[in-house]
Amino acid sequence: MTASGHLGEPVLEIRDLCVDYGVGKKAVRAITDATLTLHRGEVLGLAGESGSGKSTLAYALTRLLRAPGVITGGQVLFHSRPQGSDTTRTVDLLAAGVEELRVVRWSELSVVFQSAMHALNPVARIDAQLTDMLKVHRRKMTAEQRKERAIELLRMVGITSDRLLSYPHELSGGMRQRVMIAMALALEPQVVLMDEPTTALDVVTQREILEELMQLRQRLGFAVIFITHDLSLLIELADSIAIMYAGRIVERGGAQELFHSPRHPYTLGLINSFPALHGEKVRMEGIPGSPPALTSLPGGCAFHPRCTFALDRCSEEIPVLQRPVADSDGTERTAACWLQTDGQTVPQQLALPASAKLPAPRGEAAGAELPEPDGSIK
Amino acid sequence: MTTPTTETTPRVVHGPKRPGTPALEARNLTKHFPVHQFRGRQVVHAVEDISLALPEGTVTAVVGESGSGKSTLARLLTQLITPTSGELLLDGKPVGTSARERRAYTSQVHLVLQDPFSSLNGVHSVRYHLERPLKLHRKPGRGELDALAKSLLERVALSPAENYIDKFPHELSGGQRQRVAIARGLAVQPRVLLADEPVSMLDVSIRLGVLNLLDDLRERERLAILYVTHDIASARYLADTVVVMYAGQVVESGPATQITDSPAHPYTQLLLSAAPDPSRTEPVELRGRGAPPSLVDPPSGCRFHPRCPFAMAVCKETAPPALPAGGDQVAACWLLSPDHAPTTAADATPSATDE
Ligand SMILES: Nc1ncnc2c1ncn2[C@@H]1O[C@H](COP(=O)(O)OP(=O)(O)OP(=O)(O)O)[C@@H](O)[C@H]1O
Ligand SMILES: Nc1ncnc2c1ncn2[C@@H]1O[C@H](COP(=O)(O)OP(=O)(O)OP(=O)(O)O)[C@@H](O)[C@H]1O
Ligand code: SF4
Ligand SMILES: [Mg+2]
Ligand SMILES: [Mg+2]
Repeated sequence: MTASGHLGEPVLEIRDLCVDYGVGKKAVRAITDATLTLHRGEVLGLAGESGSGKSTLAYALTRLLRAPGVITGGQVLFHSRPQGSDTTRTVDLLAAGVEELRVVRWSELSVVFQSAMHALNPVARIDAQLTDMLKVHRRKMTAEQRKERAIELLRMVGITSDRLLSYPHELSGGMRQRVMIAMALALEPQVVLMDEPTTALDVVTQREILEELMQLRQRLGFAVIFITHDLSLLIELADSIAIMYAGRIVERGGAQELFHSPRHPYTLGLINSFPALHGEKVRMEGIPGSPPALTSLPGGCAFHPRCTFALDRCSEEIPVLQRPVADSDGTERTAACWLQTDGQTVPQQLALPASAKLPAPRGEAAGAELPEPDGSIK
Repeated sequence: MTTPTTETTPRVVHGPKRPGTPALEARNLTKHFPVHQFRGRQVVHAVEDISLALPEGTVTAVVGESGSGKSTLARLLTQLITPTSGELLLDGKPVGTSARERRAYTSQVHLVLQDPFSSLNGVHSVRYHLERPLKLHRKPGRGELDALAKSLLERVALSPAENYIDKFPHELSGGQRQRVAIARGLAVQPRVLLADEPVSMLDVSIRLGVLNLLDDLRERERLAILYVTHDIASARYLADTVVVMYAGQVVESGPATQITDSPAHPYTQLLLSAAPDPSRTEPVELRGRGAPPSLVDPPSGCRFHPRCPFAMAVCKETAPPALPAGGDQVAACWLLSPDHAPTTAADATPSATDE
């Protein structure tokens, strides 16, 4: 794991991204002013409940958003440093032309979507899906090299070469997800975006796939944006986490800090929605009410009707993301909550010291320097 | 080449231990689904010889991976499907098969389904959904119906009931719909509630509300509840007893916290080590990778043996009986048998993989 402080330089910067569904009077704002930075080699988790805009954000930043979705503002700066190169080229993905996008997508920034069944071609054998992709993007490779590379990629994600000639429907859900991951890594991208890649799988399969992914990241050095509604999984997996609610990022911080010292009442509520596997059984209350529809968002802080700490101000003014009062100057943490502004008495649960418990070193990765993105797959 | 169990072991009944007659008891339930394959007729061994007692005022959780037979077990308990063998006892009395007896049974044992979107009919109001079963089962007087329907809503914490009773399903959130589905189940005054993944399609932040409601119904109305889930943390949270299924069989059962704190069966240990756990500080060591076996031709002996890191010669030959694992915990694993367990202390107990 990349402990905070060991972060590489930014590889993807999302600034003030706004997305609507529909145009004109019927337009509904789905993402408002999303700002996020992904560093080289980092796993950035994006959590939030259904409808909070996680997938919309993912589609928008890769420019795969389909109508009626419309990007209405913002920038997505991709600081590309292709393999072996030491110069960085910055592209605004939202302003990029079709050809430029084509180069970036897959080979530099790849995507694994929620349902592999839909993403794989049902009538092509899996070896062909991989070699076809290599044919398009790696024109210099010979057929023999493509075949070898396909075998190697599948081995990397734990699929033996005897499954190479299978069709997608002949594979289990877990194996299809692995094929998707192999395809996403085929061109050695710098950023991999994963939208609920393991949600439909059993926990054992999920764990196996995530283990492989983390090992590969260690070896190849790509950064990951990992989207899920399972915050408990994300806390284990991610270096840092952004929490979304009703189309806005409401809190952002290191995974362990966020877990041990949440600053936004919604984050606190989410953490208290996952029963623990250890310790004494205590009654937990989750979060009262239910998430709002985008078409009828409450005024002010969209969370205020469900918030047990809400102030008068919360129903009137929209809070902006800023450093919480409890945190010192140097921190990267931000929360969009009126409680966390100067002059407020912050409820004790939302003012726990950030450094209460730092993550114990995990695996060999702990403290190690980040691999350079030119690590070869061999 | 399956070798039948040679020892005749007493039938082990899983579920919370309580004095008196359980509300619902299942004895040696087995379900084999016929499947037609090119080699002729074969069967899916979906549920194999499960005995379960559900006392009133308790929650029993059934956990296991996809395809382990959890839903089949729940459907057998509702009599939605006929068992290949085995019997059901309601309040200690065998359940008959006549139409009248079946109808009586359905009003006592109610199934709540996973999907709160499809389990309610979009063209009907909440009132219709509640009044219909009330009329059929309770035959209330003219003036009573409205009050009864509203009291059902209050019982599932949809209050004040006037705000909800004339709404249509699309006007409710997922959690509210699931509450209406549960309220409809309560209309027939069941003794037993079977909930098959009742929260897995709901938003994370509202799941606990529904789980807490089930807990309240257990407490207040003394219902016997079966909670089917693949989420072992929520099973621990809600249930008195956890029953772990693997490939159609119960591999372990016992008091909920005991199962999660000291799992005895290697499969339970695998499930727990794979479950997300934010407080985990050590990297996970998965022992028993791979996937569950085919249920058309399940492995001989212990069905977990091809994946089991501790498998011994006997595991392949003979299916292990449920053996005591301390307290009310039992596990079907040869490691617990003094005749078969390895002798060195270090190997004797497969320690939990993530402590
Ligand atoms: N094609 C569309 N037209 C109109 N609204 C849409 C469309 N697609 C998504 N939305 C709305 O945008 C919001 C965000 O949806 P999105 O799919 O991004 O959520 P999500 O966080 O990924 O949820 P989930 O966890 O369910 O995948 C939702 O309220 C959804 O109803
Ligand atoms: N009607 C049927 N005909 C044939 N096989 C069936 C039938 N119903 C279930 N099965 C099989 O029985 C086994 C157990 O299925 P079941 O639905 O009970 O599993 P489950 O534990 O509920 O899984 P999940 O977690 O995916 O819901 C599976 O192999 C399934 O394919
Ligand atoms: S009986 Fe044998 S194979 Fe089965 S779980 Fe126990 S040790 Fe493993
Ligand atoms: Mg989504
Ligand atoms: Mg099921």
